[in-house]
Amino acid sequence: MTPRLLPAGDCGLVIELGDGIEPGLNDAVHRLDRRIAEAGLPGVVETVPTYRSLLLTFDPTVTAPEDLAPVLLELAEGVGEGAVAAAQRWVIPVCFGGAHGEDLDEVARRTDLTTEEVVRLHCAADYRVYMLGFSPGFAYLGGLSDALHLPRRENPRLKTPAGSLMQGGAQAAVSPLAMPSGWHLLGRTPLKIFDLKRERPFLLAPGDRVRFTAINAVAYVRLADAAERSDLLPECEA
Amino acid sequence: MSVLTVIAAGPLSTIQDAGRVGYQRFGVSVAGAADPLLHAVANALVGNGPAEAAVEFTLSGDTLRAEGGPCRIAVAGDAPLVIDDAPAAAWMSHTLAEGQTLRVGTLRSGMRGYVAVAGGFALVPALGSVATHVRSRLGGLDGDRLKPGDRLPLRADAAPAPDLVLDPADLPLRGETLRVVLGPQDDHFTPAGIATFLAGPYTVSLEADRMGCRLQGPAVEHAKGFNITSDGIPLGAVQVPGTGQPIVMLADRQTTGGYPKIACVITPDVAALAQKRPGDTLRFQAVSPAEARRAHARFRDLIAGLPQLLRHAAAFDLYGSERLLALNLIDGVVASDAD
Repeated sequence: MTPRLLPAGDCGLVIELGDGIEPGLNDAVHRLDRRIAEAGLPGVVETVPTYRSLLLTFDPTVTAPEDLAPVLLELAEGVGEGAVAAAQRWVIPVCFGGAHGEDLDEVARRTDLTTEEVVRLHCAADYRVYMLGFSPGFAYLGGLSDALHLPRRENPRLKTPAGSLMQGGAQAAVSPLAMPSGWHLLGRTPLKIFDLKRERPFLLAPGDRVRFTAINAVAYVRLADAAERSDLLPECEA
Repeated sequence: MSVLTVIAAGPLSTIQDAGRVGYQRFGVSVAGAADPLLHAVANALVGNGPAEAAVEFTLSGDTLRAEGGPCRIAVAGDAPLVIDDAPAAAWMSHTLAEGQTLRVGTLRSGMRGYVAVAGGFALVPALGSVATHVRSRLGGLDGDRLKPGDRLPLRADAAPAPDLVLDPADLPLRGETLRVVLGPQDDHFTPAGIATFLAGPYTVSLEADRMGCRLQGPAVEHAKGFNITSDGIPLGAVQVPGTGQPIVMLADRQTTGGYPKIACVITPDVAALAQKRPGDTLRFQAVSPAEARRAHARFRDLIAGLPQLLRHAAAFDLYGSERLLALNLIDGVVASDAD
């Protein structure tokens, strides 16, 4: 894995570790992200880890790409190997189908599966948060079963409810806010993925792992009440 | 405590500070003033630091009334002002007595102006900033643009202070050239495509907002398609989608995207671009990362040095505030005055 450093304006630098969407490559990105954070480099303002690269923003009155480059290359050494950076593993309850997931039946029909099989595949997957983007707290989840890959809807919806477990192409996500989307809606979690009132406003961070567990409509209401009253977080496995 | 009440709102007025830094990894856009220079000028005129929250208005300003006490206020931007029924000068601080109304008219040049109040607004930050990002409903008042009836609480009561002026001719002229650093994905374009991009010229299209500025001009040729694996979008990134027409990403840009970025406009010139109107012409000039960094430092120095450009309106009066009023009322004076 040979990192490439690419200029990104007067305050930015891209560290690219490879190309494409692939778990090992994304692990390396998150390992490097952690190393950069731990190194506490002067002048580094923030990093945006994505599928295969990091955008690093720096204060050009404090540091310069030629100062950062050798340090970043050193930090990137061996970043493709070793244990996965300790990530949090979340178990997120989801009420599938019906009003909570309008497209569950259609996804089942188009994939030649039963709705139970679709639910089972989503709950069996070990999803990886490749990156966050698009809107606050929106996590792109990789690890959708091949059997479920489907193109996006021909007609995107102008509004989909917050907390929707959705899938589009080879990816899945749980929406933090009500938003327009062309992804298929499978179910809904009563938990808040993004909540400014909570000490941890963003439930999911880059590099985290996510599993879904099916709940019924009664449990959904009970948990939604609890989520409204407190800063309820889902179960964390590690 | 004083409050500024919005009597009438401009088409797109939002509260903006220096932006929401540190949360792009969670998908949160930076937002903040589209033109940090004029934002800082408005703040300097009322004795605030450059990062203090101010109202950013687009083309036309707002009508604001001081309630519950007086308010020291200043407007940066080439707009006519009226305080109650009397014309007043922009680029100058004023004290609104309780019950007085400031009406900010339509900019004669530029796209965005700023209204700052002494001490700033007492708003609750969301994720460390009060910058409004309407799409994600963050910052400002309920994450929204200003509306009639909104009440903007002031952090401090207005202490008596002399009125200050800044001659906009003392600010650097903003031409039609935007400096860029090529990359990060310039290798996704043919040499001819890069040459086309740097030759231009481009005009600002009607599709220009705080998120991005879509340009029209010669189509830039891609070398290997127009999709990349989505990655982070820096300020000023020039995305080139399949049409070959560049889009420059501004303060409200989304954090990640999948179009190749041929270059990034440097910070001071992103601020200048935020003042371009649809139909304005511009060209790109490639500079080295080192030159970009020096330009950034000069821009930072300019903003830090704004208080030194201020004069007391009283001492300036003989031809000062009247001249400023004239600058404000007569088109073209600013340009002929700049040397």
